[in-house]
This record gives sequence, structure tokens and C-alpha cells, in this order.
Amino acid sequence: MTTERQAWMSLLATAPPARLAELVPDLPPHDMLRAPEIGAVMVRGRQGATGGPFNLGEMTVTRCALRLADGAVGHAVVQGRDKGHAARAALVDALMQGQGAAEVRVAVLEPLSSERAARRRARAAKAAATKVEFFTMVRGDD
Amino acid sequence: MYVAVKGGERAIENAHAFLDEERRGDPSVAELSVPQIREQLALAVNRVMAEGSLYDPDLAALAIKQARGDMIEAVFLLRAYRTTLPRFAASSPIDTGAMACVRRISATFKDAPGGQVLGPTFDYTHRLLDFALLAEGEPPLAPQAEPATGPVPHITSFLNRDGLIEREEPSDEMPPDLTREPLELPANRALRLQALTRGDEGFVLGLAYSTQRGYGRTHAFVGELRIGTVAVEVDIPELGFAVEVGEIEVTECETVNQFKGSKTEPPQFTRGYGLVFGQSERKAISMSLVDRALRWKELGEDNIGAPAQDEEFVLSHADNVQATGFLEHIKLPHYVDFQSELELIRRLRAEAAKEAAE
Repeated sequence: MTTERQAWMSLLATAPPARLAELVPDLPPHDMLRAPEIGAVMVRGRQGATGGPFNLGEMTVTRCALRLADGAVGHAVVQGRDKGHAARAALVDALMQGQGAAEVRVAVLEPLSSERAARRRARAAKAAATKVEFFTMVRGDD
Repeated sequence: MYVAVKGGERAIENAHAFLDEERRGDPSVAELSVPQIREQLALAVNRVMAEGSLYDPDLAALAIKQARGDMIEAVFLLRAYRTTLPRFAASSPIDTGAMACVRRISATFKDAPGGQVLGPTFDYTHRLLDFALLAEGEPPLAPQAEPATGPVPHITSFLNRDGLIEREEPSDEMPPDLTREPLELPANRALRLQALTRGDEGFVLGLAYSTQRGYGRTHAFVGELRIGTVAVEVDIPELGFAVEVGEIEVTECETVNQFKGSKTEPPQFTRGYGLVFGQSERKAISMSLVDRALRWKELGEDNIGAPAQDEEFVLSHADNVQATGFLEHIKLPHYVDFQSELELIRRLRAEAAKEAAE
């Protein structure tokens, strides 16, 4: 369960805010437990890629928590400073825990997921086209 | 000495209005939008994020617009904004081994698994001004190929397997944070890396270049340079598990350096490390060279007195916001200080004239 929830929370966190707003135009009634709040996360790296951690720099995030009428609580921490993005992500997180999960998955998560896959694939394909194919120069006769 | 004086409000107000007008430039030329800067001046945006220590392309682009393209002023604006944000958490260390690479090259192994991927590089361009960019028009679409699916392991891991390079022992020691506590020396490597990654690109480049020219020679090869996106994962205490809260682009450089060995260590290669927000290749390579030069003490090397080996020198001068602040404060009113200097020099001159007359 946790891993599935982690997957949709991550998908929602990096979704383009405008696209999420298109997919979730109306917010059903809910109580804000934590109104959308902009803040930062300190991103860490590792010394030499695998050693001890060091502080690389911060990134902006927005967090939100809300409760639906049926009692389901949704959480979100999303990239950037879009409060609507955080509210919608928390809402979808809550909806995914309820009766309508299957419909929300089809209506929201699946399009986001396939669009993300397509974006990643296009970038990887352009990079792949720049892979160097080495060939050995033919040596002349002795 | 500082003495408060009043006056100049109108001059200041009008200077700001003049600045706003100059920023806009000729109104008959279309105004630049923040998304245009973010998309089309992406490397400038990357630099402002790296030195501003805040990953947010929209804000970095806004800072560049507001600063009229003055990069250090833009870094300053982003840093100032950063201080207003509450910090929710620190991330788990990003896993650069799992990076979705758009560029990945090695100067040490031609046939590394995963291959040499050039990506969107300026290398091999002719550095001739492209007058075609003066005209409007869309560039041709970039060709695509079947994306690689296998893992792209760090190239230094091959050397690691044979014990030919020093090991980076994993640890979870809490790193110090320059943005929370003032810099204290001696610094550990974690603090040095934080200072270098947000340090001025020109300063770090100059120091790195000095090591190549003999001021603290470290014989660096670029073992691997990779650029791509990595996930940022944060523990959410309310939920009791970690969630990916975003995706950032970073540049990583690992250098492989010569090392003779010491009393306790057999001869082996050593490492320098660079990791920078965005596509910042020059900065990442520079950072890894300076990181390596600063490690002379822990590797038992001689201090030959090179600037790049001097931790205090490097860390105290790498920050361009700090440097600008101190440098430029001398243009602010120092009327009283100067008045006393003026009186002193008049007195000395009078005394000298009196002595000469006697």
C-alpha cells in the first residue's frame, strides 16, 4: 500500500500544475488541515557520489493537508510555489484512499503518468541519438 | 564610522524610477517575459540557482529580469528570497547513480557501460556567431534513437572494484550547514563542498585553473561528467514514509587524480568531486579540482602554499554575494571617516612643511 501511495504522491508532486488543474478542475468539499504553505527543502548530495552527505542547496516546495467529508486525509508536498498544485495533489491523495479510487486513477493518475513517461522517453531518445559510436581507424600497410 | 543623515529621498525615488525605465529599454522592442528567460537563457538561470542556493527556475528567471542580466545581483535577489522561506525538511541524499542522464562522458574509459553520450553540448561547435539566430525561425527537431534502458553505473565504481581508487565510505553523519551557522575553520569536506557548489563560478574556475598550471598540481582526469535529472526524496513524519517531492537537474563531475601512496595507503587514485544545480559543467569540473586540491591534509600531501590548497582563502572568498557586499560598501557614504583622514593628512603636511622650514 505504502509504495503505491508513494508512487502517486511523487507523480502528483512533479505534475505540471496547469495540467493537474485541467484534470482536477473542481475541488469537492473539504476541510483544510494545513492550508497550502510555501517553503524549502534542503537538498543533500553525497561526497564523491557515495560518501557522507553534504548540503547542496534548497529547492522550493509547497505543502498541504486536507480532509474530505468522508474523513479521508490527503497530504501533499509538491515542487515549486503553486498553492493550487499542492491543494489538488492533497485532494487527489485523499480521493485515492476512498471508494472512488479507481475512477480517480483513470481520470487523473493515468494521464499524468503516461505524459510523464512520454516526456522522459523523448529526452532519453534525444540523448541516445548523441551516443558516440567509436570505430578503429584502419591502419595502413607496414 | 557611520553618522545618520537625512536627505536624498527624492533622488533615491527618482533613481529607482530611472532604473525601472532602463530595465525596460526601448519600449518599441517587445518586452522579455520570465518564461522566455527560463526557457531560452536556461544556463543563466542554472547559474543563478546554483549560486543562489535555491532550485526554482521561475524565480531565478525573474531575478535575472529584475537584475537586468547582472548575474550576481540576481543571485543576491534569490538568496534574499530564500531566507524568507521556512525550511520543512532536508532531503535524503540524492542518488546520482540513478540519474536520467542527458549527457555522460568519460575522459578515462572509452568503452564504459552505458556509453559516451554527448547530450546538448557546446563542445565540437565552431564558436562562430550563428547569424541564423538573428532571424526568427524554429530549429530542426533533434534526432531521436532508441533510449538506453540499462543502468548507467558511475565510472569510478569500476576502479573501485579493483581497489585502484580510494573508497568513498558511505555515512549518514549530519553535514554542517553554511546557511545556518557561520563558517568555522578548519572545515570538513561536507562544508567545503557546500561552499564550493554555491561559490562564484568565475572564482572557482580561476582557482581550478591555477591548480592545472602548477599552483597545487593534482593531475586530474575527468573520470566522469554526467548531467541529468534526479528525484528528491523527503521523509514525511506525518506519514511515516519518504516521498519524492520533486525532480531536479544537476551536473556531477568525478575526477580521478594521481596519488603516490603514503605510509598507510598503497598507491591508488584519489578523487575530486563536483555537484552543481542545473547544467553547469564548467562549474562542476572546477569544483572537483578545487575539492581535490583542498584535500591535501587528509591525503598526507605537502602544502606547497598554493592558493587552492588554502581552505581559509578559498572558503572566505568564494561567495560572490558576501564579496560584493563588502566590496561595494566602500561606495556608500563614509563622509566622517574621510573627514578625519583629511584632517590627519593636513596636519601631517603642516608638520612636514614646518620641519622643512626649520
